[in-house]
Amino acid sequence: TFFFMVVDHVCQRSRGSRGLLNLGVCTRAVDRSNFKTCDQSSFCKRQRDIKAGQSPYRALLETMELTNSRLTLQLINDNNKVRLLLELYRLQGNMTRVKINELKPLKPRYEVPDVLIQDPPTEPLSVVAQDENGVVLSLGADEQRLIVSARPFRLDIVEGPKVLLSLNSRGLLVFEHLRLRKDTCLELCINYYVRFEFLLSCKLKFVKNTTFRRQKKYQRLRISPFAFLTPAGPTSISLDFSFPGVEHVYGIPEHADTLKLKTTDGGDPYRLYNLDVFQYELHNPMALYGAVPVLLSHNTERTMGVFWLNAAETWVDISSNTAGKTVFGKMLDFVQGSSETPQTDVRWISEAGIIDVFIMLGPKPSDVFSQYASLTGTQAFPPLSALGYHQCRWNYNDQEDVRGVDQGLDDHDIPCDFIWLDIEHTDGKRYFTWDPNKFSQPKDMLQGLKDKRRNLVAIVDPHIKVDSNFKVHNEIRSRNFYVKNKDGGDYEGWCWPGNAGYPDFTNAEMRAWWASMFAYDQYEGSMENMYTWNDMNEPSVFNGPEVTMHKDALHGSWEHREVHNIYGLYVHRATAEGLIQRSGGVERPFVLTRAFFAGSQRYGAVWTGDNAAEWGHLKISLPMCLSLGLVGISFCGADVGGFFKAPSTELLVRWYQAGAYQPFFRAHAHLDTPRREPWLFGPENTALIREAVRQRYALLPFWYQQFYNAHRTGQPVMRALWVEYPEDSVTFDIEDEYLLGRDLLVHPVTEEGLKSLTAYLPGKREVWYDVHTFKKHAGGQSLYIPVTMSSIPAFQRGGSIITRKDRVRRSSACMENDPYTLYVALSPEGTAEGELYIDDGHTFSYEKNKAFIHRRLTFNDGVLSSSNLALDSQFTTASWVEKIIFLGARKPASVTLKTAGGSETRVEFEYDSALEVLSLRKPGVNAGADWTVLLR
Amino acid sequence: MLCAQLLFPLSLFLGLSATVEVQRPRGVPLSKRQFYEEGKPFTCLDGSRTVPFDRVNDDYCDCKDGSDEPGTAACPNGSFHCTNAGHRPAFIPSSRINDGICDCCDTTDEYNSGATCKNTCREMGRRERESLQKLAEITKEGFLLKQQLIEEAKRKKEEKQSKLTELQAGKRDVEEKVEALRTVKETAEQPEKEAKERHLKAWEEQKAVIRMEKDKAKMAEAFLELDDDADGYVSVAELQSHAELDPNSDGSLTEEEVQGLLGGADKVDTSSFENIWGNLKDKYVSESQAENPSSLETAPEETKEPVTDNESEPYPEDDIGVEEDDEEEEDDDDDTHEDFEDKPQTSTQTPERSDKDEEAMPPYDAETQSLIDAAQKARDDFEESERALREIDDQVKNIEKELSFDFGPSAEFTYLYSQCYELTTSEYIYKICPFNRVSQKPKFGGSETNLGSWGSWAGPDDNKYTVMKYEHGTGCWQGPSRSTTVKLTCGKETTVTSTSEPSRCEYLMEFTTPAVCQEPLPVNVVHVDGHSDHVEL
Repeated sequence: TFFFMVVDHVCQRSRGSRGLLNLGVCTRAVDRSNFKTCDQSSFCKRQRDIKAGQSPYRALLETMELTNSRLTLQLINDNNKVRLLLELYRLQGNMTRVKINELKPLKPRYEVPDVLIQDPPTEPLSVVAQDENGVVLSLGADEQRLIVSARPFRLDIVEGPKVLLSLNSRGLLVFEHLRLRKDTCLELCINYYVRFEFLLSCKLKFVKNTTFRRQKKYQRLRISPFAFLTPAGPTSISLDFSFPGVEHVYGIPEHADTLKLKTTDGGDPYRLYNLDVFQYELHNPMALYGAVPVLLSHNTERTMGVFWLNAAETWVDISSNTAGKTVFGKMLDFVQGSSETPQTDVRWISEAGIIDVFIMLGPKPSDVFSQYASLTGTQAFPPLSALGYHQCRWNYNDQEDVRGVDQGLDDHDIPCDFIWLDIEHTDGKRYFTWDPNKFSQPKDMLQGLKDKRRNLVAIVDPHIKVDSNFKVHNEIRSRNFYVKNKDGGDYEGWCWPGNAGYPDFTNAEMRAWWASMFAYDQYEGSMENMYTWNDMNEPSVFNGPEVTMHKDALHGSWEHREVHNIYGLYVHRATAEGLIQRSGGVERPFVLTRAFFAGSQRYGAVWTGDNAAEWGHLKISLPMCLSLGLVGISFCGADVGGFFKAPSTELLVRWYQAGAYQPFFRAHAHLDTPRREPWLFGPENTALIREAVRQRYALLPFWYQQFYNAHRTGQPVMRALWVEYPEDSVTFDIEDEYLLGRDLLVHPVTEEGLKSLTAYLPGKREVWYDVHTFKKHAGGQSLYIPVTMSSIPAFQRGGSIITRKDRVRRSSACMENDPYTLYVALSPEGTAEGELYIDDGHTFSYEKNKAFIHRRLTFNDGVLSSSNLALDSQFTTASWVEKIIFLGARKPASVTLKTAGGSETRVEFEYDSALEVLSLRKPGVNAGADWTVLLR
Repeated sequence: MLCAQLLFPLSLFLGLSATVEVQRPRGVPLSKRQFYEEGKPFTCLDGSRTVPFDRVNDDYCDCKDGSDEPGTAACPNGSFHCTNAGHRPAFIPSSRINDGICDCCDTTDEYNSGATCKNTCREMGRRERESLQKLAEITKEGFLLKQQLIEEAKRKKEEKQSKLTELQAGKRDVEEKVEALRTVKETAEQPEKEAKERHLKAWEEQKAVIRMEKDKAKMAEAFLELDDDADGYVSVAELQSHAELDPNSDGSLTEEEVQGLLGGADKVDTSSFENIWGNLKDKYVSESQAENPSSLETAPEETKEPVTDNESEPYPEDDIGVEEDDEEEEDDDDDTHEDFEDKPQTSTQTPERSDKDEEAMPPYDAETQSLIDAAQKARDDFEESERALREIDDQVKNIEKELSFDFGPSAEFTYLYSQCYELTTSEYIYKICPFNRVSQKPKFGGSETNLGSWGSWAGPDDNKYTVMKYEHGTGCWQGPSRSTTVKLTCGKETTVTSTSEPSRCEYLMEFTTPAVCQEPLPVNVVHVDGHSDHVEL
């Protein structure tokens, strides 16, 4: 859902036309004037006005202290003599942590808790060399050194003679230290005039607020100099990073922009500030719903990552000496070594907190993913059903409507696992309740879905209606769990229910209480097949600045400005914990969130928010989810069909086809759009959509195994091509196709009226098999592909084995015991390998009791074998192997199956010599057993 | 399921002598039994290949058309036949075999999934028979009603048509009457007009005489007033006290100016004053009036004052009440301002009106009045006849409009015309006036929303008169205008049974009426079903 009832200062209206526009609604696309540019964000402007040059900071080497796990050192700013404390850590897994804080801050500065899964284990640092100019530390492997230069202060990480990364080499370390407040208007005006010129005419009146109208006025007045004055003055921080030899940087989602980050010279920096943006625009660096402050650098030799652990409003500037002549000139002074080396410079600016940076040194993309996963955790392993198709709409009107949609899916034989209910299902937008007329018997409805082995998701947003007859509100108020305004009262804002309070999810006690609300006896009408969706958790505040919370609102002793970007993560976390607890820790949760932060992957799925039914939005869903994958969030999807506006039939079909091959596959639609359930567009289009959804379901075992892998290793499910082909520079800019795992290449059709497209098949020594026709294509080429309305170009990598369940049924649960078909795609060397993962599909037993099957499938020298990858695991499955299809195989004389008991049986087969496809008929072995198949 | 049960001995447990035991593979309907002969190679029903019989229902798909696996889920495009004894037989997609969900009421689709299904065929069959029976009764009665409706519609149509003929005939008479009365009216109006003009002219002349006399009296009065020393002359000095007479309005009345006013003389007597009075009278202010200055000019300032005060008045600090009403208060300010602009106009108009009142025209003389009365009567008669004509026209138009509607193949929907039906839901009262419009009104106050005006019959081609479409209702924000689809089903009563809004601003209404009841089939459906039930037993 999104914000559209624009009130007061959000939707600008002139005084002259007042009354006419009192209930004015904004019908245009994103109103950029509602959202700040860097120039309008005072700290960003201040920081950006500081240009690269000699750093005023000097390292005081005499203050250096080295213990087994860390090195500390004081830095002094020669201009104001303020001292900072630098901490350096060498972390296990080839990472370096750099922390900079004030040596003696007036009060503690915010250090983001709850994101790291543990105190990162360290490794000893040792001094290699030291003189008055600096210190050289060993980072262990590969002649890696960390060089601390004293005057001016800078850090360089080198490997042999090569500089990998430099910090403060452009002198942009800025640390606004906490100061005693000077209550002079002059200072206020200087600091805040830029954004709030109109204030000079503002009447300063103190108004108690109890009604919304008063609230509105109150807040208008509160955009006063005081509203943005931090108690200890400006607190922003900044640091620059230079990557010699790097031309490609990625990450820092969420932006509706290309996969490869652009340079930001002459424009705005990329902004990270979780916001509810109405009808967002494509291809610009504006902030969106979520923020993961992780940036990856990549060249043919090395991939690295920088994790800037800060939850305040953050801006990231990117420049490159190869991006343009003028930039080249400017950068010359700062480039290390030869001016011909390409270099990318990145500058991070945050409004508050401290500098806490994790440098992930790779060197391979997969290493960076494991390094980041070791810090913030991996993707939550979703219940299998959550990987199926989700049918959503704002709103399914009532129980009868839900029943009708469920029946419609069956009538048209379209598989589906979840039906979703948006905000209208509640009693007056009071979450945890049901509309007494439309959803009077929720358990009947849930039982009806359960009988069909389907599930339901009901939305629970984090804004709570201020209503003394609402139990949830009363409890939160009486327990003092609401976020406070700067004067200490409960912060109130305008959202779906009208006046609403915002629980302080940064408070662990609050989260525990919130989690307890999902217990079956607390959440009336809930059942085990009901899951949760957290929307509006940026948080969205309709009448707040930039449609979010006032920065001076208080979370305990911390200001909202310090914790803003992590609020949504906490909401997501508390909800996921609630779903775990309600089953006594047995069942895996499924929670979808719109806002996210570093670490959100641990709690469930995210989607790309309120997109639109436009081809550009379909296209951008690929780089948006790919970017999230790079920073650990694998369970990503976009609203299929587009949220705002009505899609053309062609767009809707194409979106289903693309969505079927994206991790989170949910159709959703805005309240004001015509109905668009898949069967409403004529039998032909229903058939096309059915086929796309069926392809998804046939591949569910593959998807499930990919998610298990992501959960175990932190490797993304949906991968940019360069992740698997890091030395092939052709792949570095590709964002219209991608890999699922390593083995499935997908190039969905994302353009209107397309008759053909060109897909790049990577890997010079590889071959790829069209998954629909089994035709073999050589790698390392751009392949011309004619397309029709039924085309979803996808290729299986030669050398891989993909497991499918080709008996598609109406939901994933119905397919539980169905047999597998193995697709063995041979490499040019005639080998292949793959994995098969099976568990109960919904509990934590795989973790707690090792109740799962994990097998390696290998094909070598004409022998296909299934071997156990987890000897200490135990699980039995009814599933068996019904068919094995070899792609690119020669015709064997005979095929025999050997099982663990030693028995040998002949297996019947068919061979298509034109396509080189060999199909084994019904080997019949249990999917969890050891077996081999011999082709002779 | 590896070795799926091959044969399904139908009616095995029933053991009634009347039944025939029909052995066939699971999932095969009786009609296709002959293609599945045990022990003989099976040829896929599409003829694509032949496989040994043990591959029928062996849980592996060999035929492209799925026909070798009628009883398992192995083929993606297969179908499974449930006999559903006691109810209706059905086909379900193969993918629903053993999926843990009971699809066939006889439970035969879940033979190996662990799902506990209950045979509900008898219950379902009974319920269906009951509802079919009920429906049959309704249809029967409804169809009888429909016949009445058709008759009634026919009669009504004939009535309307004869009424129309009647009206059209009557219309010609009225038209003639209108023309005749128009002549009468025009004849009566001519003398009336002349008499009125005469009267007006006489009055104008009389008015001029009166005005002249008034003027003279005023002049004499002024002379006496000005002639302070009562010497029979008005001198320069005496006139100079009247500053309002200043010809150039520079604020001072000089001697030269006064002399100019007096026609060059130092003083004037009564008769000479008469000559110069014309120059003075417009500006001259009587001394008795001058003591109480007119409030006309200052009045606007007085009304403005409170406003000015209000604006400059500081808002009471910390006064919640005032703050709360701030916005309204500002609106009030705007209103006050507008009032202020209106006021001077009304206040200056008032004296003029009173002047006119003084000079009211005397009543017409008896002769003129009788001419006027006669003309008025002719006018009234004429207008009345015109009105009668219009009424006839309206009636004709209405009847023609009504006759133009498509009330169904036998005009069976005629009775709905100009009727309205309501349904109250939890939030709204829905109202449909067939062939006119559909609307919605909040139950607890609020204005009515138009959900569409009569558009057309919109049922499928073979059954056009089962769906009505109402279009172009009130527009939706960012969306289309509201519209309503009305689905008509057979019922004894004419009533709205449900409403919903499946898609934003697209409403759906269920409406029952005998007018859509079809003639009951000569063969009784219930009987047939009961019969088949018997066979299965």
